Amino acid sequence: MIRDLGQQAPAIPSPAVAVGTRRRRERFEPLPGESRRLGYLYILPAFLLYAAFNLVPLAQGVNDSFFHWDGITDGTWAGLANYKEFFTEAEIRTGYVHVLILMIFYAFLPIVIGLFLAAVLSRIRIRGLTFFRLLLFLPLVITDVVTAVAWNWIYDTHGPLNAVFKAVGLGGLIPSAGWLGDFNTALPAVGVFGLWGQFGFCLILFLAGVMKIPSSLYEAARVDGANAFHEFFAVTLPGLRYELQVVLVLTVVGTLGTFDEIYVMTAGGPGTATTVPAYLVWRRMFQTGQVGSAAALGIMLMLIVFAVAYGINRLMERGAER
Amino acid sequence: MNTATSRLQVTLNYALIVACSMIAIYPLVGVVLASLYPQGPASAPSGFALPPTFAWHNYVDAWNQGRFGASFTTSLIVGAIMVPASVALSVIAGYAFATMRFRFSRTIFYLFILGLIIPTEATIVPLYYDVHALGLLDTYWALILLEVSGELAFGIFWMRAAFLSAPPSLLEAARIDGASSWRTLWEIMVPFAKPAILTLAVLAFADSWNEFFLALVFTVNHPTAPAGLASFSGRFTTDVALVSAGAVIVAIPILIVFVVFQREFMRGVLTGAVKG
Repeated sequence: MIRDLGQQAPAIPSPAVAVGTRRRRERFEPLPGESRRLGYLYILPAFLLYAAFNLVPLAQGVNDSFFHWDGITDGTWAGLANYKEFFTEAEIRTGYVHVLILMIFYAFLPIVIGLFLAAVLSRIRIRGLTFFRLLLFLPLVITDVVTAVAWNWIYDTHGPLNAVFKAVGLGGLIPSAGWLGDFNTALPAVGVFGLWGQFGFCLILFLAGVMKIPSSLYEAARVDGANAFHEFFAVTLPGLRYELQVVLVLTVVGTLGTFDEIYVMTAGGPGTATTVPAYLVWRRMFQTGQVGSAAALGIMLMLIVFAVAYGINRLMERGAER
Repeated sequence: MNTATSRLQVTLNYALIVACSMIAIYPLVGVVLASLYPQGPASAPSGFALPPTFAWHNYVDAWNQGRFGASFTTSLIVGAIMVPASVALSVIAGYAFATMRFRFSRTIFYLFILGLIIPTEATIVPLYYDVHALGLLDTYWALILLEVSGELAFGIFWMRAAFLSAPPSLLEAARIDGASSWRTLWEIMVPFAKPAILTLAVLAFADSWNEFFLALVFTVNHPTAPAGLASFSGRFTTDVALVSAGAVIVAIPILIVFVVFQREFMRGVLTGAVKG
């Protein structure tokens, strides 16, 4: 039913694509107000709050990052020393390596699986899609701490995952320290949790996108003798460009900020097997008294998030122009 | 395409979507079942097996031992102030950005948009000391102020877009009637943008209820519901049934809001509004 409305830009574009994309002309120009200055009055309360708790701390954070500071005694000037750690300290480097590995689970796999399922499912109208959407959406809606607790149970010694392994005779593969306690399996175990949390979201967004692709495009492809495979690359994938861009930014940026599940499921361990940058910021600030270093890590994380979001949006825009 | 293959395809499609939905809810249903098992380390279910007896009392024990009465109070007070405050500020500012011309409006708007992508980790260090200096550590106000200011970037983005989608004739008519911009906002634009405002309110509540990092940093004796659950699960790691009951308790409010406002949730998500 929605499908025949033709392809249209979403009513409200996602904020995820607002960074780094070229400005488009607004649909209509703002009307002149009573007084040119009145506008400031309307934005003032929001701006004061936003500045006080976002912009000012950001500037302070940049300042803090240039100091050796334990958070209690006076700091000493460190210059770029805290930023140099970024290249010299193994702990930080592995934190980013872990985030890169997590991206396979939090971004790449959910997108691939979501695209595949959306392409398959779009060929036939599904009754009760609203209901299925509701279920698929639950992992995203429910508090991270709750879902992380749920997955702690999945990975528990007496939990369902071990029961399955034992039932099929692979009990020997179960790590003795548990899935979340083993150096080799802890990070992928967190990753699978992330895959579970993201794939429904990707699928829902892609399914909605597929429904906006005009059916005439599919008919034309079929007349040309396209099989399902060709159809996917010639019609579905280009038609989902916008959704893909949104999902890429949200999942990749989201992965860079991973914290809640690490805190609840592994506390960065065993050893440093699941430390991630956001967790290091927290730990250096509250546990090891490296406050200046924590500030620098936070600023670096932000710069990386900016660069990645900007890069993805630019790349996708350029792809669209071709 | 003949009927046989298309019927096969229909069956396959339903099988696929049912399988996906099962995967999505399995850990959640499992936790509900686990929460009803007898307490103790080795009694958790493995699979969909029903507990031998339904230990409803786990919920009472979890509620008391996890001190969820206190953490729910914190979460609800913070949410009750944070949602209307962030929505009102976003509506007023979004309206100005959508309908008024003033110098630097674009620059200021992009400054707000920047907030969508500044990770909390970048500001958390100085914020902690600022909040400490203000004497607000471990208070409701710390969370309220930080969550409202954290919601503004998205809220203003969202409301500006909603107001921009109003037909120009709506504003022109109000102007011809001589209505002030303030009256136009409340009597014309807000009624027009009601669905968008409701969506924003629902998403803001979800953000507030689910917020963990800020609660972890800024509360000590007054944790929010998720922070309370995290420390509860840390203290009772071996008691799967009890921790599961706590998890279900914390999930219930957001589940209710989700089921009641599913249309608003979907609208937010389908425009890619959910923050990573």
